[in-house]
Amino acid sequence: MTQYFFYFLSFLAIFFAALVVLSKNPVHSVLYLILCFFSIAGHYILLNAQFLAAVHIIVYAGAIMVLFLFVLMLMNLNRDSEPPKSWQGKVAATLAAGLLLLVFTASIKGADALPSGNQPDNTVGLLTNLGKTLYNDFMLPFEVSSILFLVAMVGAVMIGKREEVSE
Amino acid sequence: MSTPADYLPILLQFIAALGFVVLTIGATHLLGPKRHTNVKNETFECGIESVGNARVPFSIKYFLVAILFVLFDVEVIFMYPWAVNFKSLGVRGLIEMFMFMSLLLLGFFYIIKKGALKWE
Repeated sequence: MTQYFFYFLSFLAIFFAALVVLSKNPVHSVLYLILCFFSIAGHYILLNAQFLAAVHIIVYAGAIMVLFLFVLMLMNLNRDSEPPKSWQGKVAATLAAGLLLLVFTASIKGADALPSGNQPDNTVGLLTNLGKTLYNDFMLPFEVSSILFLVAMVGAVMIGKREEVSE
Repeated sequence: MSTPADYLPILLQFIAALGFVVLTIGATHLLGPKRHTNVKNETFECGIESVGNARVPFSIKYFLVAILFVLFDVEVIFMYPWAVNFKSLGVRGLIEMFMFMSLLLLGFFYIIKKGALKWE
């Protein structure tokens, strides 16, 4: 049963991810990306990590997608104003994507060589266990992440806010 | 403890909600008469006539508000795993969270003082 769900969700995720890349209208791409995020949230539920699934929907499908849409709207998307793409850019993009594919294929091949070991505990993704791990073992990264938030806030304000001219 | 199987009702609810939307939109498309006229196809029936399209670049102020929203959204998400373990983490957990929150409050006061949320 779980296996069929896994294959179905994987198919959906890859299908919508392909549509994100293939659709001509960038707003459609964003909408397909939301569907892709939902199918990935389904994967999290299959892994018994329900909190991650909820957070994935709230943060990614909710908040990050709003940012994506805003970035689209900050740009001028009229068809006639689209700049022609240079061939250097196309070559660079193909090269970069090809290298990324190489890295992914290599990592998947490398995963086969890993010892399978004992089956991981399937309660590890539950909210209580997540909290215990985060606030006991990973205390320092957690505190450092607050500094990251602070830096992000200051950076956003510095870039986005127009400085008032002082007399 | 909960298993993925406990989430089947939620899946069913998703399917029901989606099915309702698809059914109603599809049924109205099929059942309703279609008489297109120039006036009917206008975006707004009354008021000022619309000029151009919606694809114009707009102010970065919206983006600033959105990005600050995302930051505080993620901050609140960190509180859920803390809140369910509140008792077992004890005083140390409380201190941890207070340090985290104080740094974020610092950022919040920075935003307020800088007037980043003011709409000129």
